[in-house]
Amino acid sequence: MSNQWKAVCNVADIPVLGARVVKRATQPDVAIFRNSEDAVFALLDRCPHRGGPLSQGIVFGERVACPLHNWSIELHSGCAVAPDEGCTQKFSVKVEDGQVYLDVAELNATVDEAA
Amino acid sequence: MKKLKLVMVGNGMAGVRTLEELLRIAPDIYDITVFGAEPYANYNRILLSPVLAGEQTIQDIMLNDVDWYAQNNITLHLGKKITKIDRARRMVVAEDGTVAEYDRLLLATGSTPFMLPVPGRDLAGVISYRDIHDTNAMIAAAGKHSHAVVIGGGLLGLEAANGLKLRGMDVTVVHLPGWLMERQLDPVAGRMLQKSLEDRGLKFLLEKNTRELVGDENGHVQAIRFTDGLEVPAQLVVMAVGIRPNTALAEASGIHCNRGIVVNDTMQTYDPRIYAVGECVNHRGTAYGLVAPLFEMAKVAANHLASFGIGRYQGSVTSTKLKVTGIDLFSAGEFMGGEGTEEIVLSDPLGGVYKKLVIKDDKLVGACLYGDTVDGSWYFRLLREGKDIGEIRDSLMFGEANTGRPGDTGHEGYTLAAAMPDSAEVCGCNGVCKGVIVSAIKEKGLFTLEDVRKHTKASASCGSCTGLVEQIIMFTAGGDYSAAAKAKPMCGCTDHTHQEARDAIRQNKLLTVADVMRFMEWRTPNGCASCRPAINYYLISTWPHEAIDDPQSRFINERSHANIQKDGTYSVIPRMWGGETSAADLRRIADVVDKYAIPTVKVTGGQRIDLLGVKKEDLPAVWKDLGMPSGLAYAKGLRTVKTCVGSEWCRFGTQNSTLLGQQMEKALARMYSPHKVKIAVSGCPRNCAESGIKDVGVIGVDSGWEIYVGGNGGIKTEVAHFFVKLKTHEEVLEYAGAFLQLYREEGWYLERTVHYLARVGLDHVKKMVLEDHDGRRALYERLLFSLDGLPDPWHEFDRAQVDARQFTPLTV
Repeated sequence: MSNQWKAVCNVADIPVLGARVVKRATQPDVAIFRNSEDAVFALLDRCPHRGGPLSQGIVFGERVACPLHNWSIELHSGCAVAPDEGCTQKFSVKVEDGQVYLDVAELNATVDEAA
Repeated sequence: MKKLKLVMVGNGMAGVRTLEELLRIAPDIYDITVFGAEPYANYNRILLSPVLAGEQTIQDIMLNDVDWYAQNNITLHLGKKITKIDRARRMVVAEDGTVAEYDRLLLATGSTPFMLPVPGRDLAGVISYRDIHDTNAMIAAAGKHSHAVVIGGGLLGLEAANGLKLRGMDVTVVHLPGWLMERQLDPVAGRMLQKSLEDRGLKFLLEKNTRELVGDENGHVQAIRFTDGLEVPAQLVVMAVGIRPNTALAEASGIHCNRGIVVNDTMQTYDPRIYAVGECVNHRGTAYGLVAPLFEMAKVAANHLASFGIGRYQGSVTSTKLKVTGIDLFSAGEFMGGEGTEEIVLSDPLGGVYKKLVIKDDKLVGACLYGDTVDGSWYFRLLREGKDIGEIRDSLMFGEANTGRPGDTGHEGYTLAAAMPDSAEVCGCNGVCKGVIVSAIKEKGLFTLEDVRKHTKASASCGSCTGLVEQIIMFTAGGDYSAAAKAKPMCGCTDHTHQEARDAIRQNKLLTVADVMRFMEWRTPNGCASCRPAINYYLISTWPHEAIDDPQSRFINERSHANIQKDGTYSVIPRMWGGETSAADLRRIADVVDKYAIPTVKVTGGQRIDLLGVKKEDLPAVWKDLGMPSGLAYAKGLRTVKTCVGSEWCRFGTQNSTLLGQQMEKALARMYSPHKVKIAVSGCPRNCAESGIKDVGVIGVDSGWEIYVGGNGGIKTEVAHFFVKLKTHEEVLEYAGAFLQLYREEGWYLERTVHYLARVGLDHVKKMVLEDHDGRRALYERLLFSLDGLPDPWHEFDRAQVDARQFTPLTV
């Protein structure tokens, strides 16, 4: 399936070592992160542990620490750092000319929550 | 990229732990080959004694079975002894001719038992006690023969003797020194141990020198003869007089050895391609035989093998515990005492309890416990951390539960791990029972507090059960629980301690988080969620108005200036000076609650009103409509000043506590500190504001104000210490302010005043604040300077560095 990229913001709109929340029409929020290398990552804004909003966590290296119980989540995979277990959904991101794009098709796809 | 070849010689606990660490951090660098002289995979050597005693089986003590090696693509050669290292060709050669080339070689050859050079040592039936083979030989001998002699009354010898006795043999322990376990026990404890082992049927011959072992016509040992002519029958002789680092292979290959393979702090030998870990090494002149130091070495070696190049092993402090069921014994440090030391001794020979604590310069430097070792882990912690024990000296002997600091919460008041049933909850925060911890320790081979925290979450939240968890590790992991790292590093990103970071920031005038990490050679690009907030605090507290606060290095609550809740909404608590409010304020609060449909309104313990369930997007508007200052209820800083009604209304009131409370709260309203600070002011000794459990508690008496410091109402209920008595409100502000400034300058991040005081001692604080008048005024001046002109984060976003973008979500 081809990507349907849509610009959501500029890289500069995300704080360095920080995140922004992207609202979706009906589905839960997506968090986009920016690290110190200006790499941008997108994850479902829910920690695999107790659903904490990852967008509110402290970003370091390529990880974010969940603000609720301090689980570390890998930004590139959405998975918890061992020995904790669990993954949150990750989303495709494209950065071009300082613009951050997300894939609308992916954003709108329904994900079976139980999976 | 072509993989490098890593060969490991020796398949014991230290070596395999190194591989585990290496696979965890860099799984793809090496093709790994392992040579083990024994025909078994990796087992827990410490637990051979319970196997000999019949309490566990070999199966129970396996740590990594053959499948583990296969799963990790490790080529495993069991039962193959390496006889030669060809360093020029970079290959090792085994006895049977097997050859393996290496780019890096890891020597983990362990140690060999020392065999007394007496005639008859080669007779059948004379063995050492080192591995599964020896253990099986002893079990077999116990089935056939009746008399055993164990030479050596140390840890290993006594465990062997006990096991053989349990298997029905008549056992005599021969020991050259005047008392048992002379390297771990003093004479009194040694004799008590002997007495209780004699009660179990063991026999002892002390101060005996072996002349020879006498054999029968078949070349099997039948007796032992001493230099004084005494002869004792023995069909089994176990030599347990000590171990020597096994350096034969390294020495033969020309690698520098000196009572151990000599390594530097990175576990590298004199051949830079060759590393060594475990009992075979000599690190800074010490060869270790306990498991925790070996695991510390493993961590460091793995780091360097992975080419990360940053860990250092700096030696360990160790403790000992005998694994003989029913005998409790613990020793650590300089338990024999010595010059400049003092001893506190409790001796109850009939009750079978003996405790000796050795103290030097108000610090615990050694401990020897017999019969009651419950507080072993606590003493060990005090010893390792070099805590000042001056203030708890009078109750030190009676253990952690009796040092005037009861009130650990969340585990039903249990203080003795051994007495807890498996179903009892140890960690009340994460709901972890003793049984879960015990099985994690056994199944996953955990040995350190950190490991247990990671795997079970026990003691990983509030930490009040740390002592209990340490006890459980001690009891379960065998006695070899010990901990390295005298001074604890801040986190995994660095080897530096909190104090070192504070000092570096002050001495080198570092002003940004990045500067600190660069200057102190952090090993991660931008720290972690644990060190960044700490460094940010140290910066702004050391260089107020110069260092620039970094919101991204703050926990979310201090970044969004509200408290995050479990569902991701926030709670908002406005200031109510001294807990006093007005109709106008209450009306505005009511209007805000209606307008933003705030689901819950709650009165807090700090005499304020909490609005719970506010959506993040609504925060700026809620703050604006409230029109009240931020209560900083989310901050590591001054929370609230709780007051009683005081002399204005109360018929008992002697002082105007509400007014003083408001003055204090106004003075300190925007103060950040290492952890939260709570203050209370009561107007008379009835103390309705509960000043006794606050960081700073003030109690009005007819003649003035009494100040108390270091109280705590949380995890560890702690009654505040009396600090000073003063006359005027101005004096209270100055003295309390100076105390808090000292805490702000010296406290470690997330250290409450109670813990800060326990670390530095109340005397230190008294000297700085009460005795040094100029010093106190200077402290207070520095506090006022720090707080001068600080913005209100709810109403001055720009000046308070509040990133307003966080309140506006993006859309697609």
